[in-house]
Amino acid sequence: MTATDVLSDSRVREPARHSTTTRLVIYGLLVLFALVYLLPLVVMVMTSLKPLDEVTGGNMFYWPHDLTFAPWAEAWGTTCVGLTCAGIKGYFWNSIKMVVPAVIISTLLGALNGYVLTKWRFPGHKLVFGMMLFACFIPFQSVLIPMATILGKLGEFGRTLTDTIGVSLGFGNPTVNLVLVHVVYGLGFTTLFFRNYYETFPTELVKAAMIDGAGFFQIFRRVLLPNSAPIFIVTVIYQFTNIWNDFLFGATFAAGEASPMTVALYNVVNTSTGVIEYNVNMAAAIIAAAPTLLVYLLAGRYFVRGLMAGAVKG
Amino acid sequence: MTTTVEPIVAPAVRSPHGGLRDRLRDLVPKLVLAPSFALVLFFVYGFNLWTVLLSFTNSKAFPNLNFIGFANYQKLWNWTFQTDPPSNWYTALVNMGLFGGLYVVFCLALGLTLAILLDQKIRGEGILRPIYLYPLALSFIVTGTAWKLFLDPRLGLEKAVHDLGWSSFHFDWVVNPRMMIYCVAIAGVWQTSGFVMAMFLAALRGIDGEILKAAQIDGASAYATYRRIVIPIMRPVFLSAIIVLAHMAIKSYDLVLSVTGKNPGGAAELPSTFMYSYTFTRSQMAVGSTSAVIMLMTIAAIMIPYLYSELREKHR
Repeated sequence: MTATDVLSDSRVREPARHSTTTRLVIYGLLVLFALVYLLPLVVMVMTSLKPLDEVTGGNMFYWPHDLTFAPWAEAWGTTCVGLTCAGIKGYFWNSIKMVVPAVIISTLLGALNGYVLTKWRFPGHKLVFGMMLFACFIPFQSVLIPMATILGKLGEFGRTLTDTIGVSLGFGNPTVNLVLVHVVYGLGFTTLFFRNYYETFPTELVKAAMIDGAGFFQIFRRVLLPNSAPIFIVTVIYQFTNIWNDFLFGATFAAGEASPMTVALYNVVNTSTGVIEYNVNMAAAIIAAAPTLLVYLLAGRYFVRGLMAGAVKG
Repeated sequence: MTTTVEPIVAPAVRSPHGGLRDRLRDLVPKLVLAPSFALVLFFVYGFNLWTVLLSFTNSKAFPNLNFIGFANYQKLWNWTFQTDPPSNWYTALVNMGLFGGLYVVFCLALGLTLAILLDQKIRGEGILRPIYLYPLALSFIVTGTAWKLFLDPRLGLEKAVHDLGWSSFHFDWVVNPRMMIYCVAIAGVWQTSGFVMAMFLAALRGIDGEILKAAQIDGASAYATYRRIVIPIMRPVFLSAIIVLAHMAIKSYDLVLSVTGKNPGGAAELPSTFMYSYTFTRSQMAVGSTSAVIMLMTIAAIMIPYLYSELREKHR
């Protein structure tokens, strides 16, 4: 696959000839669907900009009458998540602290794995790849219990370390745990992406570098890396979106203050105490969605390529 | 280390007996791959085996190794047919069928429709296409939160339609335990249909224009061209899309919780929520792991043949 848009139309083809009525119907349907897809987001944004009585008393499709940014400030700084009322900002940073290392580590490992599996093949390389590929698709329910047990053991080890040498070295830290989990279960995808990309990379160049005496890492750094920008962007975006949006692992392995953004949002929305502040909930939801939406707006083409590469391997 | 005679020739030309350097060089790639493979072996395959093992025990709140044979499977099998009152497992399976079926069928139908419409050389594709695709960037929790409000009868759609004057309009599915699962399907279709659209659109754009031109010259109508030429050519994409969607449906967990607001009374139970609640809140970890094994087996039955054929095709 080249760096061009996977959905771009490169066919040499006669322009489709339709009557004016047909064209009108086509455009009408397309615009109607576009409105349906946009509506929930528009309603979310409008709701987040209204005072609460306007939300509960008014119509959700109406433009805000008393435009206010207070719900946003409340969501970010003062709304209650569980028992503490300090907004979602801390959880937003939890997610950042989890996402950045997890994306970097899983992407780099995926790049090296893809390099080995295409340019340094060994007997059984297909089986190894197949086994890593299947790892992408397992239902995470089937690893939750062992993972909880192992992370519990790591936590105990961390406490022992704290007692003996004074620092836990990250053992038992919920963020470190989530980084580990996301790296492990993201490896299949990152390996898949880089393998498929390096598969089309000319092996002759690697061979030539080998004859010139370049070693394993030198070839990777000098020959493959300079040509890997597109697949790095695709993989980073894919991993970033997936890890940022994860809920199951976050909810299972990081409780309370250590929760990532998605878990905090879920707790804000589904709180059982007090009046439901829909406007604040929606502001929190938009804040939770902002990083991935922003990435989508800035690099949609690479985002779509990642999705496609994760689905069809042909 | 004894001094070995350094080969004067380029390292790529191997000495017939394989010097230490050559062997080291052969080892490096494997050493680089080994940690990742070990992680996958342990955390994926080891953990799956561990869960299988637990499904044969009577683990309660904590894992133990008191083996009780197939008793947990027997229990789930009996629950599968316990309809009055419905067991949680029965509800989970029925909901899985409803949600999974609707999700796959509507995503395919909507995705194909949008792809065909977008492929008619229309102006403004660059604006429309991203609109159909943006929900994919959202997390299921955000999607669920949005749809929960959107469909809420007191605030959302029902109220808006009442304000328009149609006061008998009634749409309370999202708070009606018997209809909740349909709302989960609606939100799921909204989130994923754009992705299916992209898959179909990429396939449509890969079709050789000459074939379509030939059909046009032969006087085939647009409908006949799609029905008899385009859609049959895209059969592999249908298969890929169905497999990806089915696998997402089985795994979906957060969407149910967020659309329904914590799955009240287990009305929108799915195997994934069943597994979670039996394992972590009802202290029946063995039953939870049994349901996890059933989920794993189902996905393996779908994915392994598919991945196998995909990997084989590549090397033809």
